[in-house]
Amino acid sequence: MLKNYFKIAIAVLRRRKFFTFISLFGISFTLTILLVLTAFIDKVVGDNYPDKKRDRSLYITRLEEVGKGNMNSGELSFYFLDHYAKSLKTPVKIAVCSGFSGTNTYINNKKIAVNYKYTDAAYWDVLEYDFLEGKAFNSKQVDNAEKIAVISEDMKSEYFGDVPSVIGKYIEADNVKYRVCGVVKNVPITSYMTYSDIYLPYTVSKGNYKDKTYRGRYIGILLAQSKGDLPKMHDEYEQMVQRIPMESKDFNKMYSHADRYIAAYVDTGNEDLSGVVLVLTIISVFVFLFMLLPTLNLVNINITRIMERSSEIGVRKAFGASSKTLVYQFIVENIILTLLGGLIGLILSIIAIYIINSANLIANLDLSVNFTVLFIGLLVCLFFGLLSGVYPAWRMSKLNVVTALKAQ
Amino acid sequence: MIRLQNIEKVYRTSTVETLALSSINLDIAKGEFLSIMGPSGCGKSTLLNIMGLLDAPSKGNINIDDQKTDHLSDKQLAAFRNKKLGFIFQSYHLINDLQVLDNVELPLLYRDSTAKERRMLATEALEKVGLANRIKHFPNQLSGGQKQRVAIARAIVGRPEIILADEPTGNLDSAMGNEILDILLQLNQKDGTTIVMVTHDENMAHKTHRLVRLFDGSQVQ
Repeated sequence: MLKNYFKIAIAVLRRRKFFTFISLFGISFTLTILLVLTAFIDKVVGDNYPDKKRDRSLYITRLEEVGKGNMNSGELSFYFLDHYAKSLKTPVKIAVCSGFSGTNTYINNKKIAVNYKYTDAAYWDVLEYDFLEGKAFNSKQVDNAEKIAVISEDMKSEYFGDVPSVIGKYIEADNVKYRVCGVVKNVPITSYMTYSDIYLPYTVSKGNYKDKTYRGRYIGILLAQSKGDLPKMHDEYEQMVQRIPMESKDFNKMYSHADRYIAAYVDTGNEDLSGVVLVLTIISVFVFLFMLLPTLNLVNINITRIMERSSEIGVRKAFGASSKTLVYQFIVENIILTLLGGLIGLILSIIAIYIINSANLIANLDLSVNFTVLFIGLLVCLFFGLLSGVYPAWRMSKLNVVTALKAQ
Repeated sequence: MIRLQNIEKVYRTSTVETLALSSINLDIAKGEFLSIMGPSGCGKSTLLNIMGLLDAPSKGNINIDDQKTDHLSDKQLAAFRNKKLGFIFQSYHLINDLQVLDNVELPLLYRDSTAKERRMLATEALEKVGLANRIKHFPNQLSGGQKQRVAIARAIVGRPEIILADEPTGNLDSAMGNEILDILLQLNQKDGTTIVMVTHDENMAHKTHRLVRLFDGSQVQ
């Protein structure tokens, strides 16, 4: 039976080549966009270098202070994390680091844009960077505010050129010279919590990290002994935040959470607006709208095609096909069409991803079509096929046999 | 085999009511070859469609092989048609996108049969109508007579007890038309298939067992 439906499906596609082209173009173009988007999200969310202990980590990325007519929200101060977060009992280690900032440096009269961030020594224990040369700075070097830096491999080749080793050499950033102690494998900018070109001890920061305000430019990463400790660690932080005194009379409520990676990544900084819900909503709406047009297009084309096949439908009904069987046949034919479009979309996605990677639009973000992407692509095809086939199939099943046979 | 009791068919639109059939009572015996004749628009095809359970009467009962059909669901009707009935249409109604063999196999798709069984039965049916050498052809590669023979093969492939033929020779010249009638006569005489045929051709009608005439939706003979 399926072989018969497949033959019919292919024959119908060949009959009206222009309509087929329109349908396949719509499906494959939509799927290409969705697959590339999926590959992007998969990379951003799934790629865990250097955050290999992500499954037992929580992230403190925001603090929100609310008062009557006042609101202050953003990253935390070094003081807050050092004084409060580091007092927690459940974590086995707590890392503190700043977000990255941009500056320029000059080498041989050539301007190089540089991103740098500040970290403590624990940062290098919590995260697992791949060191291509040297090693991280330690707590003693941090305490002594040594002008020492870990740099990325891209930074190494851009600043120093093609040299075998740069350990012990000096790199200048923000008008200060730092001695290179380590070179790490690149982190893509989409991993914004761990990305940088240069990593420096927080003690060399020009900002006053000792300032006892709550808000600043830092985030905290809490590492648990095991995955099972995450809820306990989360709750301990929540309870601790409730006990912290308000920073000023302008505020009467304070919110801060230690969240899993994705929740922390998309945190809106607004207590009433969940980042995860917002991102999922935006993605869902985008996907829905993006798929709506080709779906409607396909529904329209399918209805036209069904009316052209009235005679065939009448014959099938006359010879024993029930309405349910015909609906099933039509949906199978439609799924064959969408799978074909999906295959073309997959090929186009591979080409698009190759072009995106070659163009290096986002440095070090190498997209790929992996099993997750393929699986989602297949689901989208099937969903597409069902969605655009159900209404036309239902219309067709309602055709009166005699009326259908009269149509030529 | 087929019993029609007080069959009436009315077509209603928002403004007009048309009485297509009125008080039709007909008994067709097993193995009988019946012709139905009448002027255009007298209700011949409507009667055939009702007999074939393709259309429901407005009033009356249909009994096929001692089974009442008025209470059957859409699914049950489809299964009943598949098992008991075969259809031959004036315009052949072959599926142009399928080869001859696939067209003939069509009724068997809606039964529990394997691909091998379907292939075997379809080939047998095509041999009966003398078209075994056209298996891989498409309908648009065949003459009118050949198309109708494929349609006959399709109608008999499931070995139905009853064949309903709506002007099977209407689109053919007299020579081809006679060939088609010969095949139907052979099916009736050799296999005992009950055949009901709508025709305009008086000569052909007289070759069958019985002739029923309709006029303005009523039986006149």
